[in-house]
Amino acid sequence: MSMTMTQKILAAHAGKSEVHAGELVMAKLDLVLGNDITTPVAIGEFPKFGREKVFDRTKIALVPDHFAPNKDIKAATQCACMRAFAKEQGVVNYFEVGHDCGVEHALLPEKGLVTAGDCIIGADSHTCTYGAVGAFSTGVGSTDMAAGMAAGETWFKVPSAIKVVVKGRFRKWVSGKDLILHLIGLIGVDGARYQSLEFAGDGIAALTMDDRFTIANMAIEAGAKNGIFPVDGTCLEYLKEHGAKTPRIHAADPDAEYERTLEIDLDKLEPTVSFPHLPSNTRLVREAAGLPIDQVVIGSCTNGRLSDLRAAAAAMAGRPVAPGVRCIVIPATQRIWIEAMKEGLLAKFAEAGCVVSTPTCGPCLGGYMGILAKGERCVATTNRNFVGRMGHVESEVYLASPAVAGASAVAGRLAEP
Amino acid sequence: MKFTGKVHKFADNVDTDVIIPARYLNTPDAKELATHCMEDIDASFASRVKPGEIIVAGKNFGCGSSREHAPLAIKASGVSCVIAATFARIFYRNALNIGLPIVECPEAAEAISAGDAVSVDLDTGVVTDETKGLTFKSEPFPPFMQSLVAAGGLANFISQDRGCESPKAQAGSRRLSP
Repeated sequence: MSMTMTQKILAAHAGKSEVHAGELVMAKLDLVLGNDITTPVAIGEFPKFGREKVFDRTKIALVPDHFAPNKDIKAATQCACMRAFAKEQGVVNYFEVGHDCGVEHALLPEKGLVTAGDCIIGADSHTCTYGAVGAFSTGVGSTDMAAGMAAGETWFKVPSAIKVVVKGRFRKWVSGKDLILHLIGLIGVDGARYQSLEFAGDGIAALTMDDRFTIANMAIEAGAKNGIFPVDGTCLEYLKEHGAKTPRIHAADPDAEYERTLEIDLDKLEPTVSFPHLPSNTRLVREAAGLPIDQVVIGSCTNGRLSDLRAAAAAMAGRPVAPGVRCIVIPATQRIWIEAMKEGLLAKFAEAGCVVSTPTCGPCLGGYMGILAKGERCVATTNRNFVGRMGHVESEVYLASPAVAGASAVAGRLAEP
Repeated sequence: MKFTGKVHKFADNVDTDVIIPARYLNTPDAKELATHCMEDIDASFASRVKPGEIIVAGKNFGCGSSREHAPLAIKASGVSCVIAATFARIFYRNALNIGLPIVECPEAAEAISAGDAVSVDLDTGVVTDETKGLTFKSEPFPPFMQSLVAAGGLANFISQDRGCESPKAQAGSRRLSP
């Protein structure tokens, strides 16, 4: 029987030679992830599963990133709860603020903790990011995280898939963010509900790993269970460079069944923006340029990687942040922060009038470090623009690429690079 | 399990950020979360909602974040059941895992209006709009899932199954106890 890439990974982890869409399987887990928001709830549930210890202390990753560095006493209490659990359980992959910290979905690939062929759950919806390295990876809630930490396995309904065939090459200033926003605009925020988004086609070769991380990251914004890329030379090189475990390469069968197939021509994509209050509410930046803005956020698990910072700096082209605009730059991991500093990017940002923050999810989910007041508008490289996402219910978030964000920061308006 | 209650109606794509805004996620306490339930889409919801009342919404209810705090907040606010045309995947799983009854029924979601008196029979999947005199049929959950929901969710279900009554398990169940 022919299978999609996702189905093959699930079959391998369920100890089956084949699975079909709709089938319920129990699958072994290679990694269980949680953050400072979701882990405390999971820790509360964990004892009920009857295990004193987590199934494998090397296969749990706990990342304080959402409200860390602690934004208030309650957040500090949640981080302390997670820190104590990590210590008590001997969890190897606990990442402390400062030391080797970062926003979870930028951090784990960087640390070599995810590899091709893995089956991963994380109590964070953007766990689907690791599809970029050819893993099956999906977001769950805290109870599922607790059960996964206890048992080392969990059940899945095998998803059907949408095939997204990518061809051509990006034009200048167009990136993975524009592709995924365009795709979400095309199929809607529930267009891939319960399904895999499986990427294919010659155009993938032209996508950098950072592009792929951004694209897979936002699969959830189309409702997808996961987004996944085939494993190619670029991917293998990345995995080797980051000391990841040996990849297990699964390729979709040529005759695998898909619910539908879409084609995206990279040459035709233009800088794209999602207007409030849904990621699917997309427009071309050139059609919407000129909208006055109050804030720009460059960062997050979607677009806080080194190439994103480079793109934003390039689009700013040495110009200062426009008067009256706050531009907040948040390198996604400590390592990215250090590399950006050594490259001189952080100095460029600071001299241009940006705030440069330590890694945190912070404003992306309206936590802190850049909350919006009533009526304020923000161009952000983040992933959601729901009502109240970054602050007041009458504030507005416009999702865009780092290049558009950089260009907008210096223009003081939504602008094309 | 059967519920009857007055309906609070919402549109499509109710996301977890409006169900429980992230600014309140600095606590896992369900009762505290409930005081902010639906705050960014209906500021007075938490003060108006009465025990047993029912939420009816359009498609893709609970899209966005994986925060289990969303179904926890709804459950702790006293809502007995959520009926929607469709649910986002993670919310669907989380709701069952914490024992919040949900019913997927596009026809009911379309026809029922705010303020209607609605009854839900989880065993049969039948939804009745008593105000309008309409009946809808949804796919009932299999018995094990009904037991799981009745137990208050996955962890309690497994804990009961094992007869686990250790003090540690009791401490762990504090948050979910009714």
